[in-house]
Amino acid sequence: MFIDPHAHMISRTTDDYEAMAKAGVVAVIEPAFWIGQARTNVGSYKDYLSHILGFERFRAGQFGVRHYCCVGLNSKEANNEALAEGVMEILPSFATKEGVVAIGEIGYDEQTPLEDKYFRLQLDLARDLELPVMIHTPHRDKKRGASRSMDVILEHKVDPSRVVIDHVNEETIKEVKDRGFWAAFSIYPHSKMTAERMVSLVKNFGPERLIVDSACDWGISDPLSVPKTATLMAEQGLSAEDVRLVTYANALTVYGKSGQMAEADWLSPPPIDQRTLYQGNTILRGGQTPSVAEPEA
Amino acid sequence: MATPHTSTDTDARRTLLRSWLGRRVADDAATWLDQQVEIIKTGDRPLQLGIAIGLAPRKVGKVDLDLTSAEQEAGRVARPDLDTTGWSVDQVARMLFVLASHRGDGDAFAAELGRVFANAEIGEQIALLRGLPLLPAPERLLPYATEGIRSAMQPIFEAVAHRNPYPRENFSDAQWNQMVVKTLFIGSRLAPIQGLDARRNADLAHMLVDYAAERRAAGRPISPELWRCVAPFAREAEVDILAAILRDGTEAERMGAALALSECPHPFAKPALSAAPDLAAAVDSGRIDWNTIA
Repeated sequence: MFIDPHAHMISRTTDDYEAMAKAGVVAVIEPAFWIGQARTNVGSYKDYLSHILGFERFRAGQFGVRHYCCVGLNSKEANNEALAEGVMEILPSFATKEGVVAIGEIGYDEQTPLEDKYFRLQLDLARDLELPVMIHTPHRDKKRGASRSMDVILEHKVDPSRVVIDHVNEETIKEVKDRGFWAAFSIYPHSKMTAERMVSLVKNFGPERLIVDSACDWGISDPLSVPKTATLMAEQGLSAEDVRLVTYANALTVYGKSGQMAEADWLSPPPIDQRTLYQGNTILRGGQTPSVAEPEA
Repeated sequence: MATPHTSTDTDARRTLLRSWLGRRVADDAATWLDQQVEIIKTGDRPLQLGIAIGLAPRKVGKVDLDLTSAEQEAGRVARPDLDTTGWSVDQVARMLFVLASHRGDGDAFAAELGRVFANAEIGEQIALLRGLPLLPAPERLLPYATEGIRSAMQPIFEAVAHRNPYPRENFSDAQWNQMVVKTLFIGSRLAPIQGLDARRNADLAHMLVDYAAERRAAGRPISPELWRCVAPFAREAEVDILAAILRDGTEAERMGAALALSECPHPFAKPALSAAPDLAAAVDSGRIDWNTIA
């Protein structure tokens, strides 16, 4: 069994869901993000959040994949002040909805004053609602940006044991671990982390508080990154328990702190979920049957 | 069309839902329910309805409601044709909160519910739509029901279409017909729709006959339930199709054809049915009906 704790499924096809389920991915977490095209008003942002909490969750369930969300204002769009103000008004009502496991992904992009303002406001919201946080670390000026993110999180008295720093690499892992945060790695072709480097990191730093995700989205990315990395780890001598921690259990531990995600959700879902969110065949029209493979690990 | 239930006693219905929950949730959850109801009733905090609806599953859990037969009977007394099959306690809590938000003004009530619908996630939408028949001002809630029917999410569609008296009482023929045809189109069941026979109409039969022809041309199977809405309006051509199904169809298809022919007033229908005396007898004795097929 695998969890992909960072997957933008709104940008993915039914083939991806089928392949993920077949490869043993039992749950995905969809953080709210920049969809590639800037939203110009709060209405489209609101509908986006409803979409990932509604249709996307339903779609995943058709393939036997449980779907959870993080809600938040991403750093790029925090630079549109009118939009940002509107999003901050609606965010609390979305953050308490079923299946929301964290505030995220939030953090810095260019590290502008507006990004900083809305990052801090959302940290306060997460602390007040006792929700975990998923942090996007910037692609440019990453090391300083990551460091600054952690400073601000601690300044706002958010417990690092409830915070996942994502898109971590060799340059940032040590500080993230030393300061008590969870470190997530996006195995993403051409940028971010590769599976080979990930194996070395687990060997060098141990599996504790390390998390593998795909961050699959609208770019060239691989929704099977988590199971593929797990396979490579096993081939290169990591123990089954280490692989389980970084590709399944660690993500469950930290995002489970929301009270909205538990192993029972996919191993023994409540009957009401079985009837509504987690089966059916609307997507699988034309005589296909759901392809839900037995978990591999 | 059945008479819409325009006069509703929201207090009595709230008391009923609360009593069902009281027997099924922990004391602290029951206390929370009562607190939320009191806040929502005052209307002082406009966001509280949405917040309470959002928090319901984590406060009261998600176990099946599973009413006793006495409780079901009480439900039908409070609201004729109420069918709670498949409901869960969190859904009932959500319905309770919506009832509490009615302060006598139907327009304001519908508008507030509309704001909740606009932000509702999938589980919330299902609960709100299943609860429609309990709510006052039903004529003002029509846009939410028809939007549910437009959904691409089958459980949301079925929250309106199945085991729910709201469509039968409030949908126009055009809305009703869309719902019935879509039920078949998405591979869902007709049998759980309330009022299916009472609301059969010639236009629906026409749409279904066309749809059946399209399915046949594509070599796809036709749900045996389809003919239930065609039967009273079947012409010679449809009687011939049913006779052919009776001869060559699968077991379920043959049963559907037999039931349809038994309900068809066309003079050729009864002779066609007599070609399958075993099925004719089964229909006649009530051993098969529309609930046993498909």
